[in-house]
Amino acid sequence: MNVTVNNQQTTLPEGSTVAALAARLELPEKGVAIAVNNRMVPRTQWDTHPLTEGDSLVIIKAACGG
Amino acid sequence: MKKLIIAGKEFNSRLFLGTGKFNSNPLMEASILASGTEMVTVAMKRIELDNKDDDMLRHIVHPHIQLLPNTSGVRDAEEAVFAAQMAREAFGTNWLKLEIHPDPRYLLPDSTETLKATEQLVKLGFTVLPYCQADPTLCKHLEEAGAATVMPLGAPIGTNKGLQTRDFLRIIIEQSNIPVVVDAGIGAPSHAAEAMEMGADACLVNTAIAVAGDPVEMAVAFKEAVIAGRRAFEAGLGTQAQSLIASASSPLTSFLND
Repeated sequence: MNVTVNNQQTTLPEGSTVAALAARLELPEKGVAIAVNNRMVPRTQWDTHPLTEGDSLVIIKAACGG
Repeated sequence: MKKLIIAGKEFNSRLFLGTGKFNSNPLMEASILASGTEMVTVAMKRIELDNKDDDMLRHIVHPHIQLLPNTSGVRDAEEAVFAAQMAREAFGTNWLKLEIHPDPRYLLPDSTETLKATEQLVKLGFTVLPYCQADPTLCKHLEEAGAATVMPLGAPIGTNKGLQTRDFLRIIIEQSNIPVVVDAGIGAPSHAAEAMEMGADACLVNTAIAVAGDPVEMAVAFKEAVIAGRRAFEAGLGTQAQSLIASASSPLTSFLND
């Protein structure tokens, strides 16, 4: 299935969860957050949150700023 | 020197640091530690899937430092609430520097959206420190909405122009029942000292330290200026005379004429 991650097309196996994507991207344990279709998904729900065709994900991390 | 208390949490330092514009993360970390600050801002960006750059977070996480995620980049209250939820998840803190400045030229905060977002975020359990115009009426509204502090600007972000809003800052400080943090525009230690002498509770400094020739040394200079300014405020400054007529501080040498 195809989803977008930060506006970039990404192909994932059918049935992937947010957790599977996080593992694939080697996201760190802390300092990141993920939203699916503009709704933040808490880390505690990554395992159980399924992704579906066309989902739009935003993944953020810390940046320098004032 | 009295301790600063925000939302029930004690701070030994009244200097907050921003983390933008430093030449490197190690230099940023050294400046943060030299400044003695206990509150440091952090922004958010989208990860780049094929770029594993140095993680800035590890340079600012220290046991004595409260992280203050900001909402820089949002244009309205709705985006601010979304950003706040992402920040809380990413950094594990309810504390938030709310900043909504849709105009990229002057980066001036949108008062209407800032107030609206503060009301919503307080209800969602955030400790909200809004960056705002130096508008005494707005600051009262933010206080009533449950903001933990107000953070009025001295001058536009990054301009180093000092307290252009000083008369309004005085009114805000006089009227506020929550801490007043002067944010933006502080370009020299003397500006920070002036804000503290006026009775501001803290200063947030970024550009002036980050772009200094020696940021670590400048961080120390700001630390000392904030302490000096606060001490002067607590000690009680003498009143300024209305005219230039002198008032002797030594006995005049009248004995020479006796």
